Amino acid sequence: MNWKWIFLMAWRDSRKNRSRLFLFISSIILGIAALVAMNSFNMNLKKDIDAQAAELIGADFELESRRQPSEEAMKFIDSIKGLSEDFAKEERFMSMIRFPKADGSRLVQVRALEGNYPFYGEVETSPKNSFQQFAKEKGVYLENSLLLQFNAAIQDSVQLGNNTYAILGNVLSQPGQAAISGTMAPSVFVPIEQLENSGLQTTGSRIEYHYYFKLPKSFQVDKKVKELENRITELQLRSSTIETTKENTGRSFEDMASFMELVGFVALLLGCIGVSSAVQIYVREKMISVAVLRCLGTSAKQAFYIFLVQFAGIGLLGGIIGAVLGSLIQYLIPLVMQDVLPVSLSTGVSWLAILEGIGLGVIIAVLFALLPLLAVRNISPLNSIRVSDKEESLFKDRASWWIYLLIIGFITGFARLQMDNWIQTLVFVAGVGITFLLLYGVAKGFTYLVRKYFPKKWPYLWRQGLSNLYRPNNQTVILMISIGLGTALIATMFLVQDLLINRVKLSSEQSQANMLMFDIQPSQGEGIRNLAKAEGYPILESVPIVTMQLQSVNGTTLKDVVSDTSNEVSSRAFRGEIRATYRDSLTSSESLTSGKWVGKVGKNDTASVSLDKGYAENIKVKVGDKLEFNVQGLIVPAKVSSIRQVDWNRFQSNFRVVFASGTIDQAPQFYLMMTKVPTEVESSKFQQKIVNSFPNVSVIDMNAVLKVLQEILDKIGFIIQFMGAFSILTGIIVLISSVRISKFQRIRENVLLRTLGASRRQIYLITISEYLFLGLLSALTGIIISLIASYLLAIFVFESVFVPSIGMILLLMFLIVGLTITIGLINSLAVINRSPLEALRKE
Amino acid sequence: MSSTMILQVQHVFKNYQIGENKIPVLNDINFEIESGSTVSIVGPSGSGKTTLLGLCAGLDQSSEGDIILNGIKLTGLSEDKLAQVRNEHVGFVFQNFQLLPTLTALENVLVPMELRGMKNRQKDALDLLEKVGLAGRADHYPSQLSGGEQQRVSLARAFANKPKILFADEPTGNLDAETSLIIEDMLFQLNKESGTTLVIVTHDLDLAAKTQKIIPIKGGKIQ
Repeated sequence: MNWKWIFLMAWRDSRKNRSRLFLFISSIILGIAALVAMNSFNMNLKKDIDAQAAELIGADFELESRRQPSEEAMKFIDSIKGLSEDFAKEERFMSMIRFPKADGSRLVQVRALEGNYPFYGEVETSPKNSFQQFAKEKGVYLENSLLLQFNAAIQDSVQLGNNTYAILGNVLSQPGQAAISGTMAPSVFVPIEQLENSGLQTTGSRIEYHYYFKLPKSFQVDKKVKELENRITELQLRSSTIETTKENTGRSFEDMASFMELVGFVALLLGCIGVSSAVQIYVREKMISVAVLRCLGTSAKQAFYIFLVQFAGIGLLGGIIGAVLGSLIQYLIPLVMQDVLPVSLSTGVSWLAILEGIGLGVIIAVLFALLPLLAVRNISPLNSIRVSDKEESLFKDRASWWIYLLIIGFITGFARLQMDNWIQTLVFVAGVGITFLLLYGVAKGFTYLVRKYFPKKWPYLWRQGLSNLYRPNNQTVILMISIGLGTALIATMFLVQDLLINRVKLSSEQSQANMLMFDIQPSQGEGIRNLAKAEGYPILESVPIVTMQLQSVNGTTLKDVVSDTSNEVSSRAFRGEIRATYRDSLTSSESLTSGKWVGKVGKNDTASVSLDKGYAENIKVKVGDKLEFNVQGLIVPAKVSSIRQVDWNRFQSNFRVVFASGTIDQAPQFYLMMTKVPTEVESSKFQQKIVNSFPNVSVIDMNAVLKVLQEILDKIGFIIQFMGAFSILTGIIVLISSVRISKFQRIRENVLLRTLGASRRQIYLITISEYLFLGLLSALTGIIISLIASYLLAIFVFESVFVPSIGMILLLMFLIVGLTITIGLINSLAVINRSPLEALRKE
Repeated sequence: MSSTMILQVQHVFKNYQIGENKIPVLNDINFEIESGSTVSIVGPSGSGKTTLLGLCAGLDQSSEGDIILNGIKLTGLSEDKLAQVRNEHVGFVFQNFQLLPTLTALENVLVPMELRGMKNRQKDALDLLEKVGLAGRADHYPSQLSGGEQQRVSLARAFANKPKILFADEPTGNLDAETSLIIEDMLFQLNKESGTTLVIVTHDLDLAAKTQKIIPIKGGKIQ
């Protein structure tokens, strides 16, 4: 094979087609750019997590307990403290904060600290370095969002529990916390010793205890943790080291980055289909040239390689441009992602990502051009003297099956690199395949139906516009698929967002209550009732809560589980605190799935408990099993009498463990109450009154939950929109490319129409109607797919009713149609405005 | 085989299958062409003359019968072997000129030489363009040339690989009368100079009359 000549011919032939070839490849540039951007982001993130791992945890080693550690656990903690260079302690819990000046309050996460935490990294504040004064003055440090919300300033007073504090600093960032994590409950830093008399550390307060250790450099912490693993579990503690934090953080964000890369990959695949479709038309136009070359003695292989080299070259160029563009786009990613990341994100050129992008450009251009290029091998030299329209089906060409296999292999291989295992990979590949087939089916179905049932009595201009979509060499279906997929991604994102918000709204509407008050001490119950009564709000629920731990399951204790890993019972069953209640009847959100409901037991009878179905499955317990609970030091044996299905979606109190009345009624307990407050303003006022009179009581207001949810979804949604936009943009480029490819055909059509007397206005109308139909069909294709996807998500993932928002769908459709018409029309102007004579001369 | 015969067509049949129907296009064609001679195949539209040219030039395979070109039996040769035969022995001139639109005039002439692996033939190609009077338009693309000029480039290209036999399919069919005469003169002149056998397919009887032998064909049969 004379490769030099093949390269020379590829180069020569490309000279007159470069702008067109570039247009073909431009549809993959965006996909490559998306991938390179995400890949660079992923690599930088990995680097950042590695570099900032110590700051993520703030210490070398951390032990955590969901309840007050036992004496034995404290001894263990002290033993590690003895090995440490430095030690710090944190008590973390939810509480209400009150801003007297603004007369407002809000649920916050109190981070009460003792010691020099963090040992690594810093709590960034304004005024700068003010956190160094922590615990030296009486005061708290608040997250910026709190200061903004209540228009508060440094040195203003805030109330936490019974205590009043001065604001000493505005917390801009804290180790290991993403900005978004404070959306529900922003952090408030306070020294532990200053919490004295606040009344916040009372019975029932759900406090997490964290112990931070700074260890000598020579200390092999991960090795030690491995040795102490069983002991730590036995003591019901949880441990983290820099290494485990790095792994956990890395893993969760790698998953996110991989997901985004896969979305980018789907955009790239769309572009590839665009390339393939454009190359097919290009090859058809090249038929005579190839036939002449064959007459002159070029072999079929040589002719095939000339074009293959051309597309590999243009793929290389596309890869380079995509990689450069992607490297630039990654500088925008921190703007979108920083809020959800716990590390400060750096940007920088990743040569590996760039090389991958370029390689991908070449591979994908060659792979997807190969299919239509196969036809080049079959072009007969006879075509030079007699034009034949005979088209051989690709499916009959055995080589095409190998190429299909190569493409599937490539997609699978690429997906496998992003995913953890083969099952996920195959599910993704099958998912992409099914989605494309579905898109293709819907697009084909629509084009068929519209053509078949289009009103024949409609004005000529409309009919002509529609029939333009079916002109030879049209790319209608590929355009519908690419614009449709982008629409589907964005529409699904909006529909799911809507679905989640509606679910919360619905739950609030279904429940009579819209405000939840918790951490109420028995002595405060009466006071709150009176307060509500005075305002005219009903107390709809008042539920006692008793905190306890699981001691044994059918005689198996945590110690047994730790010493025998083959044990069926999971050590997780013993971890954490159980908040149980007691009552004599089921609530409206509960139904029995097995066993018999026991509402009351005698004083000397064995306690009877009913478990939530999910919880029972989790700890592998069934009706009749025997459990032992440690109720604040007292061991209470109990028998599982029933398993309940609980509707956790309802805004009402639900429990994993419900005791029959008669056993734990006298145990130390606190209360949860629910009420209904008519308006947002009244809700805010009532919250103030509660916080004023009962500072330790926390309040969750349904309206606030909705707002927070909206805020979180908006932030996450934006990331998906960002990737969906790549798909839409790819569709637009395929659209521009398709208009350009059919340029000569369009000129001929328009010249003919103009010669027959059509005015410029009429030609405009025909063109607009063509893109109107295209936009409508594409948007409909996407929306149908998104409705199917959202419906399935609603039923199987969110277990919710699906009521799509018609307004949102119509708006999206309007935008997509508008965009298609604008882009199509702008690209057709040159054709429309050409004079018939000029065009004829050109002919 | 006679050593002076460049082309022998022996009992050639060609049928096309359209659906279930077999359409006969050529029916038992027999003739021989002497090396260095000029021959024209004439006949009305649809008579099968272009099909016959395609078979003789190795662009297509006959349904039955043999075609021997310069001693090479074309029947049963693979497409790649046929391509080699075309490159080494055959030249073409087409009615629609069929220049490669993406190549300049010079490059169009160079292609057959390059395909044979002949290097540094720029000067030969330029000489050929000189002979057809287009040396000054060597760097022009086909779209920048008139119909007559394009056909002149096509003539230069046809003689570039020094073919033993040149097939011309209605070489003046797309040209006006005046330009046609110029092209015809050039074709015969170049043919004479290079000693090539010339086979012209045409329905222009005046052009046919300029050749030494006329093969009339009608309804797929030689008359």
